Amino acid sequence: MTEIFGIPVQAFMGQLLIGLINGSFYALLSLGLAVIFGLLNIINFTHGAQYMMGAFCAYLLLNKAGLGYWPSLVIAPVVVGITGVVIERTMLKRLYNLDHLYGLLLTFGLALIIQGVFRNEYGTSGQPYAMPKELTGGHNLGFMFLPTYRAWVIVFSLFVCLATWFIIEKTKLGAYLRAATENPALVQAFGVNVPRMITLTYGFGVGLAALAGVMAGPIYQVSPQMGADLIIVVFAVVVIGGMGSIMGSIVTGFGLGIIEGLTKVFYPEASNTVIFVIMAIVLLVKPAGLFGRER
Amino acid sequence: MFAVRKLTAAVAVALAAGGAQAQVSDGVIKIGVMSDMSSLYADIGGPGSVAAARLAVEDFGAAKKGMKVEIVSADHQNKADVGSAIARQWYDVEKVDAIFDVPNSGVALAVNQITRDKGKAFINSGAASSDLTGKACSPNTVHWTYDTWMLANGTGGAIVKTGGDSWFFLTADYAFGHALERDTAEVVKKSGGKVLGQVRHPLNTQDFSSFLLQAQGSKAKIIGLANAGGDTTNSIKQAAEFGIVKGGQSLAGLLVFLSDVHGLGLNTAQGLIFTETFYWDRNNDTRAFAKRIAAANNGKYPTMVQAGVYAGVLHYLKAIEAAKTDDGTKVVAKMKELPTDDPLFGKGRIRADGRKLHPAFLVEVKKPAESKGPYDYYKIRSEIPADQAFRPEKDGGCSLVR
Amino acid sequence: MKKEHRIAFAVMVAALLLAPLVVYPVFLMKVMCFALFASAFNLLVGYGGLLSFGHAMFLGTAGYASAHAAKVWGFPPEAAILFGTLCSAALGVVSGLLAIRRQGIYFAMITLALAQMIFFFYLQAPFTGGEDGIQAVPRGRLLGFVDLSNIWAMYATVLTIFLGGFLLIYRAIHSPFGQVLKSIRENEARAISLGYDTTRYKLLAYVLSATLAGLAGATKALVFQLASLTDAHWSMSGEVVLMTLVGGLGTLFGPAVGALVIISMEHYLAQLGAWVTIVQGIIFVVCVLAFRRGIVGELARILRKPL
Repeated sequence: MTEIFGIPVQAFMGQLLIGLINGSFYALLSLGLAVIFGLLNIINFTHGAQYMMGAFCAYLLLNKAGLGYWPSLVIAPVVVGITGVVIERTMLKRLYNLDHLYGLLLTFGLALIIQGVFRNEYGTSGQPYAMPKELTGGHNLGFMFLPTYRAWVIVFSLFVCLATWFIIEKTKLGAYLRAATENPALVQAFGVNVPRMITLTYGFGVGLAALAGVMAGPIYQVSPQMGADLIIVVFAVVVIGGMGSIMGSIVTGFGLGIIEGLTKVFYPEASNTVIFVIMAIVLLVKPAGLFGRER
Repeated sequence: MFAVRKLTAAVAVALAAGGAQAQVSDGVIKIGVMSDMSSLYADIGGPGSVAAARLAVEDFGAAKKGMKVEIVSADHQNKADVGSAIARQWYDVEKVDAIFDVPNSGVALAVNQITRDKGKAFINSGAASSDLTGKACSPNTVHWTYDTWMLANGTGGAIVKTGGDSWFFLTADYAFGHALERDTAEVVKKSGGKVLGQVRHPLNTQDFSSFLLQAQGSKAKIIGLANAGGDTTNSIKQAAEFGIVKGGQSLAGLLVFLSDVHGLGLNTAQGLIFTETFYWDRNNDTRAFAKRIAAANNGKYPTMVQAGVYAGVLHYLKAIEAAKTDDGTKVVAKMKELPTDDPLFGKGRIRADGRKLHPAFLVEVKKPAESKGPYDYYKIRSEIPADQAFRPEKDGGCSLVR
Repeated sequence: MKKEHRIAFAVMVAALLLAPLVVYPVFLMKVMCFALFASAFNLLVGYGGLLSFGHAMFLGTAGYASAHAAKVWGFPPEAAILFGTLCSAALGVVSGLLAIRRQGIYFAMITLALAQMIFFFYLQAPFTGGEDGIQAVPRGRLLGFVDLSNIWAMYATVLTIFLGGFLLIYRAIHSPFGQVLKSIRENEARAISLGYDTTRYKLLAYVLSATLAGLAGATKALVFQLASLTDAHWSMSGEVVLMTLVGGLGTLFGPAVGALVIISMEHYLAQLGAWVTIVQGIIFVVCVLAFRRGIVGELARILRKPL
C-alpha cells in the first residue's frame, strides 16, 4: 500500500475529504459574519448564539410542531433573522456613529444573555436531533465511508456561499448595498432607503448563522454552548480571509478546514491552535487579510 | 430515694441529650452542597445533588432525633478559584461543617486541601481523580461514587474478558483524558488484550470525523472514548453517523452518565458499554428514590453522582450521631469505623484512605425497541464485586495507609 | 495630586482598611487583585486607546509562574510574586512587539490570537497541572518572618501591593509620558508630526499594563493558593473589559469600582447559577447603550471633575 508522509494514501484521501467537509461548514458559518462585518462594519459577537438559536429552532420545530429538517431549513433562518432585525432596529442602530468596539461589546453582552437564557431552560447536556431519513446512511467510496449527510453539507454550503457571493458582488441589489455602506448619505440622496437595507442585511447575515445551526443539528449535539467556542474560530476565519471580503471568507473557510484536517492527522493535539497561529501570522504580514482591503 | 434516683437519672439523660447538642458546633449541622449548577456537569450533579441531600436529611429523621440540619448550596462554575473561594467563605464565615458533591477534579482537589487545613469534612461524590484517595488523600476526605481507576478497570477489564481484546483510544488531550487512557491501557494489556493505537483530540472538539476515521482504519474491535461530557456525546453521535458500530466495532465510554445517554437518545447511544456504580432501576429502593428525585428535579432521574450525595449525607449524619460531635476529622474517622448501609449502594465500607467501597456494574445501553419507559436505558451486563472494583489500598501512595 | 484625587484616594484607603472588619477578607483580597488587573487594563485601553482581547494571558502567566516558583522551587512569597510579575513583563514585551504594529480591531485580534495560543500551551503543559491547576501553593513567610497564612498579614500585603500598583498607574498617567499617551489616543498622526515615536510609547504602555496585570495575577495565586486555567481563558479577557466598562473607561478609579461591582455580583449571585451570565450580559448591553461612561465616569460628569 502506498504511503504519503507515513500514512496510507487511502487514509490521507479520507482525511482530506473530511477536511473539505469541515471547511465547507466553516465557510457557511463565517459567511454571515463576513456579510455583517464586510458590509456593515459591525463586529457581530452574537453570531455564535444565533447559530445556536438556529439549531434550537429546528429542534423546537421538530418537537413542538412536528416539522422536520426540510421545513426547518427555511423557517429557522427566517425566525432567527427576524430576531436579528429587532436587535438591529432597537439597539445596534444607536451605535453606528461610535467606535466599532462598542458594537462588539453590545453583541458580546447579547450573546451572554441569549446563552444564559437557553442554558437556564435546557440545561447543558444537549438535545438529540435526528438526522432526516433521506440523508442517513452513506456510500463506501473505497478509501472511506462517506455519510450522505456530510456530502450534502458540502454541496449545500457551496451553493449558499456562491449564491451569497453572487448576490452581493454581481447584482444590482448588492451594488446598492455596497455603495450604501461606503457613503450612506449619497446613496440615500438617490432615494434608496439605506437604513432599511442595513437592517435587512443584518437580518440576512443572522439568518445565515441560523442556517448553519440547522445544518449542525443532526451531527453535533444541540446544546446552549455549541456556539460559544466556535465563535472565536469563525472570527479567525473572517480575519484571515479579510474582513469585508465574501470570497475571502469562503476560500479561507475551505482552506482552513483542510489545514485543520491535515493537522489532525499529523499532530492532532495542535488542531485547535493551528488556526490562531495562522491568524497571528496573517495579521502580522498582511493585516487586511488574504483578500481584504485595509479599512 | 427511688424518686431522687429517677429524677437524677432523668436529669442526667436530659443533660446528656443537651450535651450531645452542645458538642455540635453552634447547635446546627450545616451541610454545603457545592456543584456545577450551570454548565457542563449541571445535569450530572447540580440541583439534583441538592435535592438528593435534602432527601437524605429527611430520611435520616434529623428532626425526630433533635438534630438541626441545614443545607446550603452554591455553584462553583467549574472554576477552581471560585470553588476554593466558596469553600473558604463557607468554612470561615458561614460555619459550614461539611461539603458534599463537587464534580470536577480541579475544584475537588482545591476543596480537599482547604478542608484539611481547617479540619472540616469533605465527602466528594462527583470528581473522578483517583488522587483524592492517593497522593492527595486526607483524613478529612471521603471519596464516594467512582474514580478513574474504577472506570478504567471496570470497563477495560470486563470488556476484554467478553472478547474485546484490541483497542484504539480516542483521548481528550488533557490530564484527565491521559490518566483515563493510561489506566485503561494498562488493564487491557494485563488482561491479555492489545492497544493498537490512540489519537489525542483537543478538549471541547466539535468535529470528530477525522479522529473516527483513524479509529476505523485501525480495525480495533473496541474504540475507547477517554473523554467526558460534550466530547463523549459528540464522538458517540458522529460514530453512529460514520457507521462505526454497523461496521463491527464497538464503542466503550470510559466516563458516561445517565444524563449523557438521555441527551443522546437511545437511537444514537445504543450498544454503548461503560461502568457505573448506581442505576435507578435495580431494585425497589432505588426505584423509589428515582421517583422522589424526579419529582424534585424537573422529571430528571438521578445519576450515580446524585445517588452518591444522598448516601454520603446519610452516612455522615449517622456518623455524627454516633460520634456526638461534628468536628470534621473525628466524624470522618467515625465514617470509616461504621460500616455503611443505604438503600442505594447497599452494604459497604470506607477504607483508611477515604475510598468508599461498593460494587460496580458493567452496563450496556438498550436498543430503542427494548426500552419500556422514560430513562429505561441500561441492561446490566455484569457486576464487579466491591473488593475488586477499586484500586488496592497499598497501590495508591496514600500516606494514611500503613 | 489634585484635591479631588486625594479625597477619592483617601476614601478608598479608608474603605479598604475598615471593610475587613465587616466583609470577609478573602473576598476583599480577590476584589483588590481584580481591581489592580482592571486598572492595568484601563491604562492600555482608557488612556492608550488600545483594546486588548488577550489580557488574560498576563494574569494566567504570572499566576502559573509565581505558583510554580512558590510551590516547586520554594521561593519566599515576595520572590515568587516578583518572578511572576517579571514573566508577565517578558511576555508583554514579546507580544507587544508583535501586536503594536497594528491598530484598532486588528490589534485586538492579534492579542486574542496570541492569548489563545498561550491558553492552549498551558492546557497541555504538564507543569500547569492542566485542568486541575497548580494546587496547594504555600503562602510562606514574607521577608522571612511575616507568616502569610495569618489572614491579616496576607491582607496587609495585598493592600500594600494594590495601593502601590494603583499609585504607579496614577504616576504614569499624570506624567509627561501619560500626556503623550493621551495625545496618541486622540490623534496619532498629529503626535507623530510633533516628533514623538508613537510606537515606542504604545509599546511602553503595553508592557507596563502587562506587568501590572502580572502583579495582580501573581498576588492572586498566593491569596487563593492555586493557579488555574480560568485565569488564562478568553472569558477572563472579556470579564476585565466588562469591569473597566462598568466602572468607567479612562477614569482612574473606575476600574476598581467596576471590579468591586462585578466580583460582588458573581459572589453574591453565585446561588443563582446560570442567571449570573444573563445578568452580566444585561449589564454589558445597558452600559453600552445608555451608560457608556460607567459608574465613575457618570460621577465625574456630575461633579464636573476628572476622576
